[in-house]
Amino acid sequence: MKKSTLEFLVGVFVLLGIAAVVHLSLRAGSGTLGDGDTYVIESRFANAGGLHSGSSVLVSGVTVGRVEDIRMDPEDYSAIVTLRIPTALRLPTDSMASIKSSGLIGDKHVTLSPGADETHLEPGARILMTESAVDLESLIGKMAFGAVDDESTESTPAAETP
Amino acid sequence: MGAASSCILGIRGLSKSFHGREVLSGIDLEVPSGMIFTVLGPSGAGKSVFLKCVAGIVPPDAGAISFDGRPLGRDARAMRDFRRRCGVLFQGNALFDSLTALENVSLPLEQTTRLDKEEIQSRSLEALRQLEMEDFRDHHPGALSGGMQKRLALARAIVTQPELVLFDEPTAGLDPLRRNAVFAMIAKYQRLAGFTALVVTHDVPEALVASDRVALLEKGRIQFEGTPADFTSSTHPVVAQFRDSEAALRATIAAIRSPEPAAA
Amino acid sequence: MIRSVGRVSLDVVEGLGDFSLFVGRSFFSVPGTRRLWRRFARAVHEQGTVCLPVVLIVGVFTGLVLGLQGYHVLSRFGSEGLLGTMVSLSLVREMAPVLAALMLIGQAGSAFAAELGIQRNTEQIAALETMGVDSVGYLVAPRLLAALLVYPFQAALFVVVGLWGGSVSGSMLLGVDSGVYWSAVDRAIEFRDLRECFSKAAVFGLLATSICAYQGFHAGLNHSASGARAVSAATTRAVVLSSIMVLVGDYIISSFFV
Repeated sequence: MKKSTLEFLVGVFVLLGIAAVVHLSLRAGSGTLGDGDTYVIESRFANAGGLHSGSSVLVSGVTVGRVEDIRMDPEDYSAIVTLRIPTALRLPTDSMASIKSSGLIGDKHVTLSPGADETHLEPGARILMTESAVDLESLIGKMAFGAVDDESTESTPAAETP
Repeated sequence: MGAASSCILGIRGLSKSFHGREVLSGIDLEVPSGMIFTVLGPSGAGKSVFLKCVAGIVPPDAGAISFDGRPLGRDARAMRDFRRRCGVLFQGNALFDSLTALENVSLPLEQTTRLDKEEIQSRSLEALRQLEMEDFRDHHPGALSGGMQKRLALARAIVTQPELVLFDEPTAGLDPLRRNAVFAMIAKYQRLAGFTALVVTHDVPEALVASDRVALLEKGRIQFEGTPADFTSSTHPVVAQFRDSEAALRATIAAIRSPEPAAA
Repeated sequence: MIRSVGRVSLDVVEGLGDFSLFVGRSFFSVPGTRRLWRRFARAVHEQGTVCLPVVLIVGVFTGLVLGLQGYHVLSRFGSEGLLGTMVSLSLVREMAPVLAALMLIGQAGSAFAAELGIQRNTEQIAALETMGVDSVGYLVAPRLLAALLVYPFQAALFVVVGLWGGSVSGSMLLGVDSGVYWSAVDRAIEFRDLRECFSKAAVFGLLATSICAYQGFHAGLNHSASGARAVSAATTRAVVLSSIMVLVGDYIISSFFV
């Protein structure tokens, strides 16, 4: 083979390889979130089990942001979840945050249901209306013991106010 | 024998066994510089093993080899020096089939010297020209005939201007005409380049004509050493048997045919 | 009986030591080898460009099958949305480095072992030695260095086409929405996984190439066969051993990472 042809082919291969590595690294990076401006809001849940930083934040089933941080409030032992969403997305103050799972065994994510207020949530503000994760095991346990009644549908709309 | 200065290669007590079978059992040989020295011997006498021990490819079990008065072996510097000043022509030519003729010849210069590109190119082309191979510089060895491959291999062996060239069965598998051509080639370039040639072969008549000195290797030992004329007139039984094999064959054939008078 | 166990284990230890020396020698010969760059480029060509089609084909089909099988399993639990997660993590963590390495062994490793074996048998290696050229530095080192670069690249390309294959079967042919698929992919792949993928690939490249080199380089030296038989035996051993070692290495590395 001619030397220049060889060099050309090697160059093409190396460029392809670098492109693939970069492509994957970008996917591994911030994911679908663009580089645009973002802000954070907080929400308090009675139970944030199954959620982790990096979990998606969805509005109407569309991924709009990520869970940035989960920490515990030592005063009332509830979980405080920080959400990062794009600045372009403005949420009314009476929006609701709920932890849902995709499918029966799926990953947990946060779904935001926008409200109807005229005023919008400022960066760093806290969502007041929240709905905690469904504790699947205890639900199944109760079902097994035949005690699925009103009381146990305790996927409590645990709206908590600080 | 000769003083160390006129003797380029000294071999003392060289022994080598494979799987418990002794192939070389104590070889002593001195190769004077500037001549064609041929080691004769029947197939399986250990000629190739002997040459490979000298070339440093096969480590000997015992014995010492000295090159230009310096002992080879443990001393890495002496070994490097020996490699630079010694070329080897292998039985199968050992040409690199993925490289062209020119690349084959320039490889030893490229890898072992610090010459620049133009110098390497011109020296390699000169070596090819000497062996009348310059028209085939871009051919791969696979596309060359056996004789051309031999010439190319010699070009590669002499491109580094070695003082000693080892020839391992240079005529193996060639017809008588080609055998003559190969010996003529060795003799010509030995004179031209002034190297010492150590040849191992079993082609007695050609070797006797072309060599300045011959030795006979048989049963792992040097049985005879002297000039071609000595060899021809020697009465040593092993020499006689090997030298006069043609006469022996004639006698054998005659003996086979003689009881059949109808065959005449 | 006990003696033969002892002899076998001694043989194994000796072989491993010999092999390690060989690999060490290849790397130590790098600084002393001249014109390494050209040999390196040729090695990248042999392992990279030449093997690219087979890696891409296997990658696409692996992705297609993962999408298909994953869809049918996940849809039972109503979790089709996780298809992207499953396909991407399987590809990145296991399939891409292992399958790409096996394909490269089959195509480049076997060729390398056979080439070295023939070079050994036609005394080309001996010729290099008599010229004063470090045969390991000239023949083996460029390939080892190339493997460290090429195997991770091939694994990355494998992942990229595999993800496309998964999206074709999972979302174009079956029911997963393509946005859901790709967002699951993006959510699943983390730097940690990529690091695992590329370091695995590099280790496999090193293992496979050095095993193939060792077998080819010593074709007919350590064993009774010679000539064509020695070359074919060395090539077979090279492919079998390096494939096994890739899988063993995969298990060991995975158990460290997880």
